[in-house]
Amino acid sequence: MSEHEQRTPVQLNTVSADDPRLQPAARRPELVEKVIAITFLLGIVLIAGFGAAYWVNAAPWTLGATFGGGLTLMGVGLIAWGKYLMPRGPFVEERHTMASTDEERNAFAAAIVERGGGVIKRRKFLGGLLGAGMGIFGVVAAFPLVRSLGPLPKGSLFHTDWAKGTYLVDITGRRVHQDDLAIGSIVTVYPEGLENTDNGQAVDQTVLIRISNENFVTQKGRETWGPSGYLAYSKLCTHLGCPVGLYEQQLQLLVCPCHQSMFDVTNGCIPNFGPAPRPLPQLPLQFDSAGYLQSQSDFNQPVGPGFWERS
Amino acid sequence: MSQTLNTKRSQRDAGGPYGKIGQSLNELDDRMGIAKGGRTFLDKIFPDHWSFMLGEIALYSFVVLLATGIFLTLYYVPSQDLTTYTGSYLPLYGQKVTEAFASTVNLSFAVRAGLLMRQMHHWSCDIFVGAIVVHMGRVFFTGAFRKPRETNWVIGTTLLILAIVNGFLGYSLPDDLVSGTGIRIAYSIILSIPVVGSYVAFFLFGGNFPGTSIIPRFFILHVLIIPLVILALVGAHMGLLVRQKHTQFPGKGKTENNVVGTPMYPVFMAKTTGFMFVVSGAIALLGAFAQINPIWQFGPYTASRISYAVQPDWYMGFLDGALRIFPAWSFHSFGHTIPLEVTIPAVIFPGILFNLIMAWPAIERKFTKDNAMHNLLDRPSNRPKRTAAGVAVAVLCAMLFIASSTDVIANFFHVSLNTVLWAMRVLCIVVPILAYPVTYKIAREMQGFAGAGKRKTTNIVTRTIEGEYVATPAPVYVDDMEHENEHDAVPVPTYVVGDDEGQSDENINGVRRIPR
Repeated sequence: MSEHEQRTPVQLNTVSADDPRLQPAARRPELVEKVIAITFLLGIVLIAGFGAAYWVNAAPWTLGATFGGGLTLMGVGLIAWGKYLMPRGPFVEERHTMASTDEERNAFAAAIVERGGGVIKRRKFLGGLLGAGMGIFGVVAAFPLVRSLGPLPKGSLFHTDWAKGTYLVDITGRRVHQDDLAIGSIVTVYPEGLENTDNGQAVDQTVLIRISNENFVTQKGRETWGPSGYLAYSKLCTHLGCPVGLYEQQLQLLVCPCHQSMFDVTNGCIPNFGPAPRPLPQLPLQFDSAGYLQSQSDFNQPVGPGFWERS
Repeated sequence: MSQTLNTKRSQRDAGGPYGKIGQSLNELDDRMGIAKGGRTFLDKIFPDHWSFMLGEIALYSFVVLLATGIFLTLYYVPSQDLTTYTGSYLPLYGQKVTEAFASTVNLSFAVRAGLLMRQMHHWSCDIFVGAIVVHMGRVFFTGAFRKPRETNWVIGTTLLILAIVNGFLGYSLPDDLVSGTGIRIAYSIILSIPVVGSYVAFFLFGGNFPGTSIIPRFFILHVLIIPLVILALVGAHMGLLVRQKHTQFPGKGKTENNVVGTPMYPVFMAKTTGFMFVVSGAIALLGAFAQINPIWQFGPYTASRISYAVQPDWYMGFLDGALRIFPAWSFHSFGHTIPLEVTIPAVIFPGILFNLIMAWPAIERKFTKDNAMHNLLDRPSNRPKRTAAGVAVAVLCAMLFIASSTDVIANFFHVSLNTVLWAMRVLCIVVPILAYPVTYKIAREMQGFAGAGKRKTTNIVTRTIEGEYVATPAPVYVDDMEHENEHDAVPVPTYVVGDDEGQSDENINGVRRIPR
């Protein structure tokens, strides 16, 4: 209690050299000094150990343990030094008001309003021209800066590379034959020739599921889209465009692992759980004369997440 | 004269009483006039309260970010060109991967200390954002943002946003499966902005997703442009801090017109440098022992592949959670689509949140009509409405963060995903609404409770010769007594809790007798 009472804060520049506030905070400085010295020594050993570990190309955790341990010990020692062996204070510093004197304020405001303002007011036409020039420059300068960054979206968000007669191929470029998939099987397919391109992977990716042996109708008006039980849906989730990569075979649901939207494969992939607002677009399928799968046309809707221009 | 200067001693004397160092300082002062400002700087007083350390954690983790980040740029290749991986990690051997991915795996395995540096970089980012958030909490709940420090509050909030954005950009650079999915989601979020969304997305990504420009563009944003802005704002943040001086809690000798604590030199300098070492050391230990973002396990990004149970870095959690639990309300009319299921949780909600945070000092002033300068801090319980509002917002973010792992929760507790989804939807609305009155009530109760917020001094129990036990309240710290007096200056709503439950009968001269 008494110790606390004498610790009235003083200003640093008024304090005499023998003031108790300039004394170390520790009751037994010699002991603290020894402890800090040991901490520093251990820290030095570990930091040197980091050098050695680096030299012999030791495991990453050895590097981190020596480096981190050494730094931590040096830091702890330094904090203890500051806390226990340096002037304990407390000291006080006066604040100065932010605000200037009234004269200074007025002079400043006068400089802006009268000197500058007067000049501009008198030459309104010149000021207007300057402003217009700067404005036009701003707009014009934005063209190369912004417009060059990328192409305009135009129709690219509406269409994929699927068209009439495009062959469905897997990631290795192999066409899918009528007999390839067993019932309940699933494969990711791409338009032939685009299986290794960015657009083929990111935009055209399609899941092909075989659901039965018979022609399968998922919605009214899609009578010919599922020959021999083959159904193809866009693999881009209509929520945020993650690949709808999980197939729950028993419930015949396609599941998006990102935000758990679920789509009913047998019913035109209408979402029945999660944040996805629209069904996955379906790709109408047909067989060529040899029994290889082709698309009849592009998807019935724009694929992927929603955007303003989409109707 | 020339003779006297010839001896070493006389040369020393001519330099003034402080020897060679003093002489060089004089030379510097002749040229730059550093003495006065330098003295003020060395004498700058820092308050001793522990909560002022939170901002230091942010600052020093940023230092670690810069240091480890420079190391990483020496090895990382910001290119989406395909290459065949032929490094030392056998499961990936011979696979076609991007240069970005290959170089990140190589700097992890083939460069000495590379993995440590990468893990430290990632950990310090998580800690950087975390420290900013906690530091903001301190500033908010103690009212340190009030006049004259509103500008610094806005700068700080901007720093938080920049830190989150840059963290996301950096997380994307390795071009691994998980981060690539993150970019895909970010692209779709931009696409969801009404009217201009598709244009912004195309200009930012250089075309339709994924294109070939993301990695180089994200790289230059991540390592140059945003760090420069952050550095400039950190400079402004600290500059304003020095100019306006620290706030402080009320206490002995502490007024609105002074700062009490320890001086910059040598005490604070020693402590803060030591603390920088401790922060860096702790990050290094995390980098050594806690694996983070093992991209070689995720594999390279391929747009048609996906992984299960993927979560972003923690500071993106609240956004991901909001996206998960928001209902599928899409707007389709007049030939246009507004994907509200994305726009509301991922664009409008964070927009409102961060604008609300930035505008808070102005909002609060509107209600309190308080235009005075404030250098003494509030105790949160003395400002129950502000505290309750802050807790409600924090709790909302925490609930959304939990919602970002609905699938993991459902798996772990063996409940249906539907149950978890609806539970989180309800909790995200109910808990913040409940948090406000509960916090408000607790704060008001604490005001009425004598000794609340003071140091916890218990009773001293002694046994008399007769064998009777006597409990005497331990002496109050002087600091705390002053604290009480200082309160008179701060307008605090008065609130008294009922009766003392008859305790006064037994309380005689501060001695409470416990019956044998």
